[in-house]
Amino acid sequence: MNRPIRVLVAKVGLDGHDRGAKVIATALRDAGMEVIYTGLRQTPEMVVQAALQEDVDVIGVSILSGAHNTVFPRIIELLKKEGLNDVLVTGGGIIPNEDMVELTKLGVGKLFAPGAHTNEISDYIKNWVAQNRQF
Amino acid sequence: MSDKRITDSGIEINSLYNTPIPMEELSGQFPFTRGIQSDMYRGRHWTMRQYAGFSTAEESNKRYKYLLANGTMGLSVAFDLPTQIGYDSTHAMSEGEVGKVGVAIDTLRDIEILFDGIELEKITTSMTINATASTLLAMYIALAKKQGADIQKISGTIQNDILKEYAARGTYIYPPKPSMRIITDIFEYCSKEVPKWNTISISGYHIREAGSTAVQEIAFTLSNAKAYAKAAIEKGLDINVFGQRLSFFFNAHNNFFEEIAKFRAARRMWAKMAKELGATNPKAQMLRFHTQTGGSTLQAQQSDTNIVRVTLQALAAVMGGTQSLHTNGFDEALSLPTENAARIALRTQQIIAYESGVVDTVDPMGGSFFVEELTNQIESEAWKYIEKIDAMGGAVSAIEEGFMQKEIADASYRYQKEIENNQKVIVGVNKFTAEEEVTPPLFRVDDSIRKIQTEKIAQVKAERNEKNVQQLLAKLEQNANDGSNLMPTIIESVEAYATLGEVADVLRKTFGEYRA
Repeated sequence: MNRPIRVLVAKVGLDGHDRGAKVIATALRDAGMEVIYTGLRQTPEMVVQAALQEDVDVIGVSILSGAHNTVFPRIIELLKKEGLNDVLVTGGGIIPNEDMVELTKLGVGKLFAPGAHTNEISDYIKNWVAQNRQF
Repeated sequence: MSDKRITDSGIEINSLYNTPIPMEELSGQFPFTRGIQSDMYRGRHWTMRQYAGFSTAEESNKRYKYLLANGTMGLSVAFDLPTQIGYDSTHAMSEGEVGKVGVAIDTLRDIEILFDGIELEKITTSMTINATASTLLAMYIALAKKQGADIQKISGTIQNDILKEYAARGTYIYPPKPSMRIITDIFEYCSKEVPKWNTISISGYHIREAGSTAVQEIAFTLSNAKAYAKAAIEKGLDINVFGQRLSFFFNAHNNFFEEIAKFRAARRMWAKMAKELGATNPKAQMLRFHTQTGGSTLQAQQSDTNIVRVTLQALAAVMGGTQSLHTNGFDEALSLPTENAARIALRTQQIIAYESGVVDTVDPMGGSFFVEELTNQIESEAWKYIEKIDAMGGAVSAIEEGFMQKEIADASYRYQKEIENNQKVIVGVNKFTAEEEVTPPLFRVDDSIRKIQTEKIAQVKAERNEKNVQQLLAKLEQNANDGSNLMPTIIESVEAYATLGEVADVLRKTFGEYRA
């Protein structure tokens, strides 16, 4: 690998629960990744723009407000529009199982439920990048 | 397991406590370590107040009637995020959020529906609302007047605690200075017009949920309380008057004795702090608090076991002398609570109140070698933080410098690592895990709510006197600029069916928006 994995950790929508996002950001940094945390109240447009500018491998969205079915499809759609086909969209929060399944069908990566081990998340990201990075 | 036993706050627990610590205090007397009333639950139980709200006002009204029919004693309204952040349901930022984490309120019309069939003079209502607290309180007052209630008699609580929004919860709109002005405007208005209203609920709950320790929870909350009291005193308000309407809100997590000791320490500390700030009336020295069991302690794995966690946490709150209590639904790591989960949560409180016998005597842990020692230790650790924050210039500066936020984030990361290293056991997560997970039925709010609200707003706007609304909003802008109390014009505006977003936009224009 010719550069560290770059991850954008994002809070999208009006949700202010950022404990998980901050823990994940720190854990991924400890796992050797470069992490950019967006802060609260981002729109999908802002997230995709940041992903483009920061040239990230991964977007990790934390969402606990129930707006996941709006936010994830919109991010996927915008990424396609920008031609960003090699960016993993993953995340976690309070997301019912069947919604996770539906979102995966749209092209979202694995979504993590409360109680997930941070190593599980960083391993997933490392594996995905190892298999999908195109440079 | 190591020989050392250390609480989440870093306090080492001895294997045996055998040094008596004198506890000659009586309950109902300064500094109120043992409780704010002399007879506590022998007089009456705490208020069983279940936080609820979702989707439209119509749907939430049904849940409130269900809760009231099942013995809940006071309402507690959850608002959706657009309502909390001052956006109408039609705003672009509201997409996907309308009615999700609470009820959507756009105009007085929604509040009329929300409390349909409920007499505001006969119940008390707690509203978890902060940046837009003035508007929601204005709508509540407007409805009470419409119902013919005497607003001198209505009672309830608005959370109205903006400092912890910057530090932990995130639903701020304006920068700290104008936010503090809105809060003290509310104090001033209510002390005259709505004297039984609890004008603020200074909250450690969300600080704890964001990852703080028990010690940080009370230290940061009391620092915030001091900042509000000082701001009100600077405005010329009398702490013996507004001090009686300050209330507090704490969390109850799993470490049973540390939680009980925390509540006792907080009461004693606030009594001393209020006295130092000039409160001489005992009612202005008493820390009255609501407790909610710990949302972040609920596990998605084997979620029915959360019923036991909630029971332990609720018991700690009761043994710590809470004035009101919300018990969480066991399914809340997965979704909003289903009706069944909400019912079990309420029943848990009723079993504690009516079957356990812990209510029969005041401060049942008082005089315990262990709990008295722990109370003292928590108090002394919390004072250290408060002194540090004072040295930074108080809570507003400490938040602006990111001090509280960093302390909370560090504690939360430490906690997560302890779970992942198996230093801390969470049943069903890192020990006694089960292969097969049974997902309970989940509660869902569908995405059509935004459309329903959009239609309601359009109808209200078509029916209202537009010229009158615009004049009132212009007057509000003038009030915001000239420093006069905002409450009377906000009430007039909502009575004329100005929307929540319109009121917030006027203030955004004058005060600007906070960016973290």
